[in-house]
Amino acid sequence: MGSLVVPSPFLFRFQVKTIKTKSFVGLLIPLCAVLLALALGAVMLLSLGANPISGYATMFGAAFGSVEGFSETAVKSIPLLLVGAGICIAFRANVINIGGEGQMVMGALLSTSVALTFPSVPSLLLIPMVLLAGAIGGAFWGAIAGALKAYFNVSEILSTIMLNIVAVQFMNFLLRGVMIDPGEVARGTGIPQTMRLTENADLPILLEGMRMHLGVPIALFVAFGAYILLWRTAMGFRLRSVGYNPHASRYAGISVPKNVTAALAFSGAMAGIAGAILVFGSESHRMVTDGGSTGFTGSAGFNGIVVALLAGLHPLWSIPSALLFGGMLVGANALQRAAQVPSALIIALNGLIVVFVVSSEYFKQRSLYAGQVDLADDESTETEGEDNE
Amino acid sequence: MKKFSLSLSAVMLTLLLLCPSLLPASGKPLRVAIIAPSAQNDLAFTQSIVDGIKAIQKDREIDLAITDGTFVVEDAAAAIRDYAKKGYDLVIAHGSQYGGSLKEIAPDFPDIAFAWGTAADTFGLPNVSSYEAASDEGGYVMGVMAAAMSKKGGVGVVGPIEVGDAKLYVDGFVQGAKAQNSKIRAKVNYIGSFSDVALAAEAARAHIAAGADVLTGTAQMVVGAIGAARSKRVAWFGTQANQTELAPEIVVASQVYKWEVILKQILADMDNGVKGGKMYDINLANNGIVIKFNDAYKLAPGVKEAGMKAIAGIKDGSIKTGHK
Amino acid sequence: MSDSFAVMIVVATIASGIRLATPFLLASLGEALGQRSGVLNLGVDGVMLLGAFGAYYTVLQTSNPYYGLLVGISIGLLIGLFYGFITLNLRAEQGVSGIGIYLFGLGMSDLFFQKFVGTPRPILPFMPLDIPVLSGLPVVGEMLFQHSIIVYIAFGLVPLMSFVLHRTTYGLNIRAIGENPEAADSLGVSVMATRYSAIIIGNGLAGLAGAALAIELGIFQQNLTNAMGFIAIALVYFGAWSPKGVMIGSLVFGMVQSIVLQCKTFGVIPRSASDLAAMAPAVITILALVIVAKRFKQPSALTKPYVRGG
Repeated sequence: MGSLVVPSPFLFRFQVKTIKTKSFVGLLIPLCAVLLALALGAVMLLSLGANPISGYATMFGAAFGSVEGFSETAVKSIPLLLVGAGICIAFRANVINIGGEGQMVMGALLSTSVALTFPSVPSLLLIPMVLLAGAIGGAFWGAIAGALKAYFNVSEILSTIMLNIVAVQFMNFLLRGVMIDPGEVARGTGIPQTMRLTENADLPILLEGMRMHLGVPIALFVAFGAYILLWRTAMGFRLRSVGYNPHASRYAGISVPKNVTAALAFSGAMAGIAGAILVFGSESHRMVTDGGSTGFTGSAGFNGIVVALLAGLHPLWSIPSALLFGGMLVGANALQRAAQVPSALIIALNGLIVVFVVSSEYFKQRSLYAGQVDLADDESTETEGEDNE
Repeated sequence: MKKFSLSLSAVMLTLLLLCPSLLPASGKPLRVAIIAPSAQNDLAFTQSIVDGIKAIQKDREIDLAITDGTFVVEDAAAAIRDYAKKGYDLVIAHGSQYGGSLKEIAPDFPDIAFAWGTAADTFGLPNVSSYEAASDEGGYVMGVMAAAMSKKGGVGVVGPIEVGDAKLYVDGFVQGAKAQNSKIRAKVNYIGSFSDVALAAEAARAHIAAGADVLTGTAQMVVGAIGAARSKRVAWFGTQANQTELAPEIVVASQVYKWEVILKQILADMDNGVKGGKMYDINLANNGIVIKFNDAYKLAPGVKEAGMKAIAGIKDGSIKTGHK
Repeated sequence: MSDSFAVMIVVATIASGIRLATPFLLASLGEALGQRSGVLNLGVDGVMLLGAFGAYYTVLQTSNPYYGLLVGISIGLLIGLFYGFITLNLRAEQGVSGIGIYLFGLGMSDLFFQKFVGTPRPILPFMPLDIPVLSGLPVVGEMLFQHSIIVYIAFGLVPLMSFVLHRTTYGLNIRAIGENPEAADSLGVSVMATRYSAIIIGNGLAGLAGAALAIELGIFQQNLTNAMGFIAIALVYFGAWSPKGVMIGSLVFGMVQSIVLQCKTFGVIPRSASDLAAMAPAVITILALVIVAKRFKQPSALTKPYVRGG
């Protein structure tokens, strides 16, 4: 149960399941898990002299309690959803992509270069260009890992983790080198950031006065696209087939190496789009580094994995999953400000929530399917034998 | 006469009661928020600004809110906006990476004063000030002393990435070392990370193996280098905070940032209605940068003197350390 | 004169590479054991951080680094117990729970540090061991035999784990349940108990890795490990789950780091390329695996039926 697929000799497989949330119990149990985690968090808050009640009230209010809060949450969820949808594709092809961080960075770098190179192209053309550049950058980075696995038998877990390191250093190299804001050089302060990128590439704000921008519908669109890809196209069929049974696929004439590479390319492309959206939807409309990737990505490259797995590796279910995760992140930050506690507590709390929620699946399964854990049928019409026990 | 002074007092009292703005500005507490990328007790970057405000809190009532560990730039932007919305009087964005976001946020809140550091740009906005540390000055002084005390003729620097404040300090150090002894071997190693403590430790050891007997370094991962220096009994010069406690046997001196020097100026300007538009600088001349010697460390004769001479030279302008 | 200087530098580089490799090796061995039994643990870094803080705090209070190691291991064992429970009994999705534990460890270690220690204070690392004859040897002595006890523990665990895995019944059980739990189950091997033990020991090693790191560096700091745990996970795949392979992977990574440091120190790598040089350990690890993995063409045993848990 809940195992991880890895090339032989060890047989793991990510559990591909559908979340049946029609059932009231299906929602109640994860909710209890969250409450339990928050209760432990309350203990930590109290020990630091903070008021958990008012803190949590602020937390929920900030994430979902107002239009503004919801818009913050939506924006925060964009990279989570995009990476998550990409992970759905990769994991379903039995390729484990831990390289989201690096793919986001490479997508961001390429899209930033496009904006720096073509600053006067009008928005209508430039925005699709930079998004496409993001997709290409991320796809390229993912494809490297894919090809390494397909043709050289290099575990994608190793290559994607290593490529993350390479991408970060490449980003540092560029942002303090050729891509640096000339103003920084002139002032002698040397902050590793680009100049303010052309306004033509700004993602337009959708709600007056809020931060919700075009990135939200784009992410939804891409997630939907991932769903279509996986279950309504021949390519998607091949990807899933390779993931489910590579030998049979090969006998059926499906090229395993090509599809493994493609899976990581798609996954990387979505992460790359996330990176581009992060740059052009950001407050600063620049790309800046603090030496690592998480200052830019907010760890979406890893959190996207959580989002996808909690969504049963389904791109559409990744939407609520990403929203909830994004809400947790936004709320936690607001909690930090309200309760004046160190960010360390917030990180630990996020971890507790994740652990408790994922552990509660067991109780949900037990109550939903008393005794026998059965497959729930996928949205798709294709038979998914990817059941579990 | 008595009647006159009595009525004068009565008039003044009435005026004061009717016009509260005539009262000195320290009536209600000032609300200040700090947003910073690392922990508030990191004995380095973030701690320095927190210590600065705390020093001012001795003389002035300040309601301080701290949001630390905010290395995600978008989260910092959200925090800056939030504090501005809550009506904080001064929002301090203590991170070079926050500038781009601040530039977009500040115009939305013209009544709030923002401060950005370490940087030298106010974006032409009237409510944004920037502050910087002339860490190259302290670096120069340390470089001079390091070269003066090195018996093997080699000094080593462990740096994170060649950007911003780190670059300023390192360049100043090397300049000072060479000025003191043109034949000194001053080796610099930028390890490529602000947080890889283990790598910093080995970088220090590599310097020592290559023949350095005095080391320095900057950024939070440098605690690893200090540990390595300590185990090899190699002298250390610190920066950003007083690092004596980290290795009392080997720390010679530290360049300490006293941000309160410019924070006082910013607050005074705010009292006079100026919410920004100025660039501030802590340096040796205004005592925003002080060199704190480790009294327990026995220095060879002449070393401290060379350092003091360098300080004097920088203060009177005869020595230029490349900053601005 | 410059000849012996060159030798000195080579010796220092190799010794440094061994030191850098050690925490990776310890964590990676633990992860390899767990994965051999069929369980993935993405939370290694979090366990390392908690073990690191525990050890650091213990040494601060007791001035005894051995107690620190013990505490670090114990913390790892405890977390292993918890992880075993949620993975084997509650069957939680391993990728997710691992990341949750990572976040928890990252946050709690820093929180404990801020609350119980505040301003960082240094601790004393282990003294380099003085081995009777070997430490005194001219070149090899400094290179291999003047390390602290942690290094010897780590590298000593490699043949030990190899032996256990391949020459004991316990090891056979572990390998069996990792390959084909149904068969093992039918032969009377308790899959649950064996996996529990592997997870507990594995996490214990991760705790030890963190403890070793903190003690050797002589300090604690938020995110002290700097994602070392994830690299350790990657190295498990480099080493194809074998202790020797994992050791080679750790050494490759550590040595390249060390060589890059030396090159930077001597200016062989210019400052303008310092970021590109920092990529080298990652790139070379991938290349090394490309060279090796092609030879050991693993059967794409993705055909094997998936694991039935417990």
